[in-house]
Amino acid sequence: MSKLQKAFEKAKEKGRKAFIPFVTAGDPHIEDTERFVYALDKAGSDVIEIGIPFSDPIADGPVIQRANIRALDNGVTIDKVFDMVAKIRKTTDVPLVFLLYANTIYYYGIQKFFERCQETEVDGVILPDLPFEEKEEFGIYAKDCGVDIISLVAPTSKERIRDIAKEAGGFLYCVSSMGVTGTRDAIQTDLKAMFEYIDEYCKIPKALGFGIANKEQAKALKDYADGIIVGSAIVKIIEEYGKEAEEPLVRFAEEMIGELA
Amino acid sequence: MSKAGRYGEFGGQYIPETLMNAVHELDEFYKKCKVDSTFNEELRELFEEYSGRPSLLYYAKKMTEDLGGAKIYLKREDLNHTGSHKINNVLGQVLIAKKMGKKRVIAETGAGQHGVATATAAALMGLECEVFMGEEDTIRQALNVFRMELLGAKVTPVKTGTRTLKDAVNAAMQDWAKSVEDTFYCLGSVMGPHPYPMIVRDLQSVIGKEVKAQMIKKEGKLPDVLVACVGGGSNAMGLFYDFIEDKEVELIGVEAAGEGVETDKHAATISKGEVGIFHGMKSYFVQSEGGSIAPVYSISAGLDYPGIGPEHAYLHDSKRARYVPATDREAVMAFEYLSRTEGIIPAIESSHAVAYAMKIAPKMSKDKIIVINLSGRGDKDVASIARYKGVEINE
Repeated sequence: MSKLQKAFEKAKEKGRKAFIPFVTAGDPHIEDTERFVYALDKAGSDVIEIGIPFSDPIADGPVIQRANIRALDNGVTIDKVFDMVAKIRKTTDVPLVFLLYANTIYYYGIQKFFERCQETEVDGVILPDLPFEEKEEFGIYAKDCGVDIISLVAPTSKERIRDIAKEAGGFLYCVSSMGVTGTRDAIQTDLKAMFEYIDEYCKIPKALGFGIANKEQAKALKDYADGIIVGSAIVKIIEEYGKEAEEPLVRFAEEMIGELA
Repeated sequence: MSKAGRYGEFGGQYIPETLMNAVHELDEFYKKCKVDSTFNEELRELFEEYSGRPSLLYYAKKMTEDLGGAKIYLKREDLNHTGSHKINNVLGQVLIAKKMGKKRVIAETGAGQHGVATATAAALMGLECEVFMGEEDTIRQALNVFRMELLGAKVTPVKTGTRTLKDAVNAAMQDWAKSVEDTFYCLGSVMGPHPYPMIVRDLQSVIGKEVKAQMIKKEGKLPDVLVACVGGGSNAMGLFYDFIEDKEVELIGVEAAGEGVETDKHAATISKGEVGIFHGMKSYFVQSEGGSIAPVYSISAGLDYPGIGPEHAYLHDSKRARYVPATDREAVMAFEYLSRTEGIIPAIESSHAVAYAMKIAPKMSKDKIIVINLSGRGDKDVASIARYKGVEINE
């Protein structure tokens, strides 16, 4: 069982679903991201997602797009993110997952990237623009280095879910809504129908993400999956409070975790 | 092509999972259309009765004599309905959209030519249409915005990133991820995820097929050199495709060098780019440190794109085609030259191809033949050329 899967097990033992917050590396500064990771870890997060900024994050909505721009303007590079992770690893072994676009890895060098993930103990990567069909090119190196490539399934995936779930590593990222990331007032997808497919084929933990912004939504949706992922709502807090975001982040994370029992 | 959707190592389908079923569905549906006689007959009729195909292959006698070298022919895609080659692709794709039962088409546009063509076809076939256009381009090409609105389309200015074609593609893909169930994405060039590079190339290949037949009729032989401008690369791919196996025909794509490839203000993807993954495909892209997509620049909104279609990347790597840069200055000179010499105002995009042909023609012997793809007409560019030259006109 991978470290990511153990994290879901641990949450289960505590009688709740896993909480997976997302922060963009370098927003507002890389030192702040490091502090935010510690804060979110202390608040009880089970896995932490770290977004590596990219100029054109096509799967992301306006909130995370703005965070990407702030981070790039501050000169964040993937090497700086790896250095930050190496520092974080001296303090905590909370499972860490990178969210990044395929070109960032391709440009860095696929093999070198996964070797550095292994060195710094990054547990998994989410590549929103790398579907099942294109996974192999990256997957062979990821596997060699013991890094999970997290697969995504969407409301439109339907019968594709079977093949995707069969080869998925770590946890299955279940996209709750059409479109891009971002907070939504309501989730329109027929999740019941979507999870009938998923539950039939998926043997690893399932995390639900895209558009989950508050504790009411967390409470209403938690039963579908083994964990929930919250991105834009957290990035919004960072956008509002900047360097001072630690406290509000902890408050938010604790509130959300409280609803996941 | 080694496997579906690949041209050598290039191409593929690097897009969010949400869109994967849609591209597979399109691939399947298109395969059926391609061999369906009704579809082909309807498309032929649209080409001939609506957009005015075949387009002329015009012998540019004055230009030839003036340059004193190779014989120059112009493939007059500028004479198509809506004023550019873009209509060839769009009539096909919107017809496919209609047959798939989609209610709405979306498109990205740079110069506005693809947007105008899409709005036109959507009006003709009774589909709702929304065009995404970088805010910067809505200013550079304000008339085309109004033209699209006249045709009943909604034009959405894109205010993210560099506010140009790249960002318009991002916005269209993001809209599609939300609306994919009832919406068809009418992509404007030989780029994006498979099957788009293939579909757009097939639909544009009518250009090269006509050139071949027209040339054999006029000259009794194949041309020696084909020249076309390349942004994403659809007019070039359309011209080149039928000649790929004719190894004696030289294929030249002309990229936008902006203020020069030695500056950082250019859009010369092959000359200055690196292999990467973006907008659904593996190809060459102009990139900055860390693999972010770099801002590009060209006077021509239609060539102002940081990538190139995957089949061009393959033609470049396999050395079947050659890609060369032309600067803003050279393009503007060619724009004026063709206007004065032949009485034909070319699009500023096509002017890049004219500029390169003007460089090589005088060095070639008189029995050689160059075909320039005049992919669009220049009416849309008159105001921006005036601005470039510092002439004040009241639009």
